[in-house]
Amino acid sequence: MKANYTRPLDLKSGRVDMNHGAGGRATAQLVSELFARAFDNPWLAQGDDGAVLPAPAPGERLVMAADGHVVSPLFFPGGDIGSLAVHGTVNDLAVMGARPLYLSASFILEEGYPLAELKRIVDSMAAASRAVGVPVVTGDTKVVEQGKGDGVFIATTGVGALPAGRAPGGARARPGDVVLVSGSMGDHGMAILAVRESLAFDSEIRSDSAPLACLVESLFGAVPAEAVRVLRDPTRGGLATTLNEIARQSGAGMLIEEAAIPVHPQVEAACELLGLDPLYLANEGKLIVVCDPEHAGAALAALRAHPLGAGAARIGTVTADEHHFVQLRTALGGMRMLDWLSGEPLPRIC
Amino acid sequence: MKYVDEFRDGELARGIGKAIRREANPARDYAFMEFCGGHTHAISRYGVIDLLPQNVRMIHGPGCPVCVLPVGRIDMAIGLAMKQSVTICTYGDCLRVPASDGLSLLKARARLDKSRADIRMVYSAADALALAQREPQREVVFLAIGFETTTPPTALVLKQAQALGLKNFSVLCNHVLTPAAIVAILEHPEGNGVQLDGFVGPAHVSTVIGSRPYDFVAAQYKKPVVIAGFEPLDVMQSILMLVRQVNDGRFEIENEFTRAVTRDGNRKAQALVAEVFGLRDSYEWRGLGSLPQSALQIRPEFAAWDAEAKFGLSYAPVADHKACECGTILRGEKRPADCKLFGTVCTPETPMGSCMVSSEGACAAHYNYGRFRDVAVVAA
Ligand code: SF4
Repeated sequence: MKANYTRPLDLKSGRVDMNHGAGGRATAQLVSELFARAFDNPWLAQGDDGAVLPAPAPGERLVMAADGHVVSPLFFPGGDIGSLAVHGTVNDLAVMGARPLYLSASFILEEGYPLAELKRIVDSMAAASRAVGVPVVTGDTKVVEQGKGDGVFIATTGVGALPAGRAPGGARARPGDVVLVSGSMGDHGMAILAVRESLAFDSEIRSDSAPLACLVESLFGAVPAEAVRVLRDPTRGGLATTLNEIARQSGAGMLIEEAAIPVHPQVEAACELLGLDPLYLANEGKLIVVCDPEHAGAALAALRAHPLGAGAARIGTVTADEHHFVQLRTALGGMRMLDWLSGEPLPRIC
Repeated sequence: MKYVDEFRDGELARGIGKAIRREANPARDYAFMEFCGGHTHAISRYGVIDLLPQNVRMIHGPGCPVCVLPVGRIDMAIGLAMKQSVTICTYGDCLRVPASDGLSLLKARARLDKSRADIRMVYSAADALALAQREPQREVVFLAIGFETTTPPTALVLKQAQALGLKNFSVLCNHVLTPAAIVAILEHPEGNGVQLDGFVGPAHVSTVIGSRPYDFVAAQYKKPVVIAGFEPLDVMQSILMLVRQVNDGRFEIENEFTRAVTRDGNRKAQALVAEVFGLRDSYEWRGLGSLPQSALQIRPEFAAWDAEAKFGLSYAPVADHKACECGTILRGEKRPADCKLFGTVCTPETPMGSCMVSSEGACAAHYNYGRFRDVAVVAA
């Protein structure tokens, strides 16, 4: 069938213009020649306003999660906004204990953004969604005037199925539980900071952006579902802030051993240079697990057996503390609080 | 990386801690002031206090450039952005310092018409200069703060701006001098008897000015100074050295940070600073009041790049919040938890005073790292 337009989208040197978001022929062309082609699945190909999806298996419940992505720069070592948009939402579902099933994607594009770069982003997003087996089944495109956006914003929503018996939740940590992390902290945050501020480091620091669904499945395969009390991905605010969220939700405290927390030597060195703390930097492919002490060994072994959890470590325990303080035994042997992030992490002046 | 680990080794730290406990005379108390915010931060962040005996007390000093910046100076920068439509560039922590009318640079930024004015965070003076070059239609003012460490980079951009004949760039200079602040602490008339037994001296500052400028502390005031690096082991080692000096009845300028600090410092940097800056007659410090010859001003040869001259600014002092104890805390007379606002009205998210802004400020350091010590916590 011949399309009802004559000239194909100029994906080499064309740019986003206001027509691409106006809902008319140009929008349809962008969707079919770029988005539908890249994501390529029957729901999207239908071109309807929504996707009709099968209900989950009996006993399972639906989980839904939304995520907005406004990262700058759009491309960074180890990923880009496209793959990040997939991983972010897949991980939100995974840490709920759910198997991610479908994604939606809304693109907010800035007038003038090169179509070639948009294609790179969409292709990367499609590759990420294919790799994790979670199709983008519906979407939307809007264009804002030049100066009113930052190139590309992507909002994703994910739907997943929660198998019966699983119910990890931030409020379920109990005194005595063990706190595990799946690998080194702060890689994503430092990778972004390094390109944004064009800091030249000896070796490249890469984002850890990755989908955690498979890692979570192997964890549930190794220990009884009730043993997994809390799962979280420590994104913005880093490990420190996520631990504080869990402590507050659970009405407990924590005691963390600084020496046990894995941090990539290059990230540590860069943090040192900038006066930043890696425990407050974002991660996009790491898992925090709070586990009942009896099964902590098996949980740690399961994490370590998976490529995304090779660097997993046991970093501390949940304590009884009405103030919900997260305390850190420093590598030096002293004690201090590992508090919430306040404001943006900032480098030191003097 | 190796470099960092060596100075955070737990074994070594416990060893130094033991030596301090062994050598500190149980019959007396020791009170040392760590002048720099960097040391305050290291002490809190690594829990150094837990490794010291009860009778060795560390007192936070005024050496955080954000903490000593008075309200009136931030008001000046906000005024420039709001009324004169300039783009203010400054270091991150400055953005959150409380100013008049419940504002801060960060809050003022939300009110600006961004097509005309802006407030931006930069990592260095050079970033501000680069912005001015990149966007010639924008009037860029670099709000420069800091002790001797950050002064040479500011001097450098002023020289570069002059060489380039850059018309849309200037510096609002708030560089202050360490020795003047130490004098103020030692002579403060209101000091309600903080008996200081010595100072942990500035690290980065001394890489520029050397250790010589502190000679007067020993000669005139008979207090020991040990210049120390910012790693926790540096701080602990310097505390041990101070304890020994006190025990021996010595008061000398010692240098623990020999891997970076020499007696004369960096002569080239000093010459650069002298070329661009002269002494201000007087400068107001938060908490310490107006101190003579305690800050730098841009020399007349560079007046075209001096924001105060360029925009005809004059300084008007503004009182701090009535209940804020920043002054007494910066002078070592009170501790953060002694302030009525601490942790209730005043938190890192809603700072009432500047000590709660930077993580090197005494109040923020205690809030973020140490406030569990104020309450009894049940262990697991
Ligand atoms: S708690 Fe706040 S108001 Fe009180 S002294 Fe500290 S900074 Fe000032």
